[in-house]
Amino acid sequence: MSSELISTDVLVIGGGLAGERCAIEAAAAGHDVLILSLVPPRRSHSCAAQGGMQAALGNCVKAEGDNPTVHFLDTVRGSDWGADQEVAQIFTEEAPIAVRELAHLGVPWTRVRGGKNSYVIKGERVEIEESIENDGLIMHRDFGGTAKWRACYAAAATGHAALYAVDSEVVRLGITVRDRAEAVELIHEGGRCWGAVARCLRTGKHFAVVAKATVIATGGYGRIYGQYTTNATINEGMGAVIAMNTGVVPLGNMEAIQFHPTALAPSNILVTEGCRGDGAYLLDKDLHRFMVDAEPAKQELASRDVVSRHMKQRMRDGKGVDTPYGPHLWLDLRHLGEQHLTTKLREVWEICRDFAGLNPVNDLIPVQPTQHYSMGGVRVNKDGQAYNMAGLFAAGEAACWDMHGFNRLGGNSLAETVVAGRIVGRRVAEFVATSSLDVQTGLAFAAKASAEQRAIAWLGRSGAGPSVYAIRNAMGETMMGKVGIFRTGGELEEAVAEISALLADCDKAVLRSKAPGMNPELSFALRLKGMLRLALVTAKGALLRTESRGAHYRSDYPLRNDAEWLSRTLARWPADAAEPEFSYEPVGEIDLPPGHRGYGSDERIEMTESLEQYNDGVYERQAKHGRLATAELPGSRLRRGDWKELV
Amino acid sequence: MTKKESGKARRLRFEIFRYNPEDPESEPHMQAFEIDEAPYMSLYIALNQIRETLDPSLQFDFACRSAICGSCGMMVNGRPTLGCRTLTSDLPEVVRLHPLPVFKLIGDLSVDTGTWFREMVEKSEAWIHAKEAFDPQAKEARMDDDLAQAIYEGERCIECGCCVASCGVANVNQNFAGPAGLNRIARFMMDPRDQRSDAEWFEVVSNSDGVFGCLGMMACHDVCPKELPLLEVYAYLRRKTLVAAFAGRS
Repeated sequence: MSSELISTDVLVIGGGLAGERCAIEAAAAGHDVLILSLVPPRRSHSCAAQGGMQAALGNCVKAEGDNPTVHFLDTVRGSDWGADQEVAQIFTEEAPIAVRELAHLGVPWTRVRGGKNSYVIKGERVEIEESIENDGLIMHRDFGGTAKWRACYAAAATGHAALYAVDSEVVRLGITVRDRAEAVELIHEGGRCWGAVARCLRTGKHFAVVAKATVIATGGYGRIYGQYTTNATINEGMGAVIAMNTGVVPLGNMEAIQFHPTALAPSNILVTEGCRGDGAYLLDKDLHRFMVDAEPAKQELASRDVVSRHMKQRMRDGKGVDTPYGPHLWLDLRHLGEQHLTTKLREVWEICRDFAGLNPVNDLIPVQPTQHYSMGGVRVNKDGQAYNMAGLFAAGEAACWDMHGFNRLGGNSLAETVVAGRIVGRRVAEFVATSSLDVQTGLAFAAKASAEQRAIAWLGRSGAGPSVYAIRNAMGETMMGKVGIFRTGGELEEAVAEISALLADCDKAVLRSKAPGMNPELSFALRLKGMLRLALVTAKGALLRTESRGAHYRSDYPLRNDAEWLSRTLARWPADAAEPEFSYEPVGEIDLPPGHRGYGSDERIEMTESLEQYNDGVYERQAKHGRLATAELPGSRLRRGDWKELV
Repeated sequence: MTKKESGKARRLRFEIFRYNPEDPESEPHMQAFEIDEAPYMSLYIALNQIRETLDPSLQFDFACRSAICGSCGMMVNGRPTLGCRTLTSDLPEVVRLHPLPVFKLIGDLSVDTGTWFREMVEKSEAWIHAKEAFDPQAKEARMDDDLAQAIYEGERCIECGCCVASCGVANVNQNFAGPAGLNRIARFMMDPRDQRSDAEWFEVVSNSDGVFGCLGMMACHDVCPKELPLLEVYAYLRRKTLVAAFAGRS
């Protein structure tokens, strides 16, 4: 085969934790695996995860009594009942295994120190005696929305440590990685995916990869919010774009966007929830701890959607600290002390020093809620198999698997990457073992030619059209301004109109540089239309969903509406259609009935049908939306009623 | 707040190395750009502003823009450092930017660190060499928290390549493990989960491409953006190697 056409058993698109863990599983089963990554894998955005990875090991005093069922309850409540409960169950059961496996691969988890330990809990410094029996086991820290201390951590560089351990295993297994390569189009025919066309970001040349199975693990799409995101510059959502561009694969819950309460203002660099987990306070301009009044039970450690809303409201009430960049609030870490800040929160201490010139030992840290995580993504079944497209899988943030529903708990996404990587990787390996590479190379070359044609068309445009960067900036302003923390029908209608206009502008945009090679402006231009389509799907999904659930908050429909909206949004963009199509499937079989989350509002519109009625035929209805058959029967992993002894 | 915030904004002059190997007409040269300084301006902000307003063909690498991913190592006024966390307020009005040496040039300020580091990991087998396979049913093996923290200290390397670029030996000997390579070896050597014998370690590190290739100039220690204690790392490696050598003789 020529360098323009590569064949492999498994193509993994994305070299972060989910993609690499998936690749390991397939390679260990004896299959050829090729990973494409925008950057060297160790620079993937997984490395930026700071505070921890949720797994119910129950190793310290404040974690006593924890188990996967407690973790399941927290996760479903956190999701505001938007999660697929079977997937949440699978996840919480396998998370402890995945965390221990990372220990085996070398992650230097912080360990339990038997004897007296000093912690800050709900504003009080307390001494707790950790048992000598548990000395040396993996330690936990507190995080938002959890009943127990559960987040396993390596200082504030948990993602970095996990990614390096997993990438080391990728190298040990000799898995081929092509870095600086971007998948730009899926090769598919008749509902079967056969790999992808990629563009080399060294040379600008396209090449085709034909594969028996293709995995999308490209992370989130936070950059549709322009600069208003904690995400890396590479989180442009191109995995979701190429899936949507097939015309048949639906994206799930794209309007479910998480805003992290504590991004450093004004640079929007993440400051981990682990700070509040370890006892940090949120203060307004009067140095008042407003979260104690707002959420007496959980205080600063309510879920992220709830905390972000209280912060935004506080600033709307004139209690923010005004700056030329807009208002912010304060994160107070001072009482945690220098020793704690320079060890367990070392990366936070460094970020404050390097990017704000502040020392959190003495200084308050300016923070604001900012786009952080994409709960939505390529809709897949519990095996990670995409709806409507055999041989296409997705895992991690790129996927809507869907354990997060409308709000993800801190530390659950990092755990999801390795848990989903293990599970989906196993299913991919099984799939590949029973399929052959039965594809015409002409199909691959046709897809490659169409990708090349798009680049040629961009370079061929001339005149005085708008710049791609101006369009991107306008998209970011619209998304943060009108598809943000508080949403209204009027603003969302404006957002849909504005993004639609930008889509039209995109067809008129002109490159300023015709430089040969990768050409950074061309590279970005090739992504822009896809990003705008994701933005439109997000804004329109938010407009159509006339209720408030998790991170999706409609000021004009402030209640969760289980009578009408206990559903997952599916957005497809049929080939050649001018607009996306929306449909709604059941969230899955419901075991834990909808109720109060334990924080946030206790008001909601109750279900009108019984759970039995909701669950009746739920899997058949999902199949009608494109869910493909699973290796095990749907619902087989639900441990129905296990939670009853805990509530 | 930047130091210069109170005064009038400065006009900054960036002199940037340009060369596009994919363009047959491109010749290596320096090109100057001028922009106005803004509060909190980092090289991430400045370079993107130059690309978006002055020259869209300019190549450079940023990903996390928070000094975690290691993508943006570059020579800033002759010194290797991370572009994202370099604030213009800490620089003079004229800023000269070059790509990191040692690594293969991709274009302008962009270099191929990925290939270099993958080869380093392969050569030193920088992964846990466990005798037993992972047992999904077993509780994790215990580790003293002090030891976990000591391993974590070396684990913090983000493979940005600044130390390699600063290293006189790495600049002339392509086979030298380099400061980041030696640090990674030490990190696995002190990890009891890695069960390589002293003799096996001796093969990896005890030669002129390993710790004895280091000439002790220690620029690496000065430039490391993560402030890794590289001086202590080399002392640790030399000590372990000598112990292994003596043990081998007796």
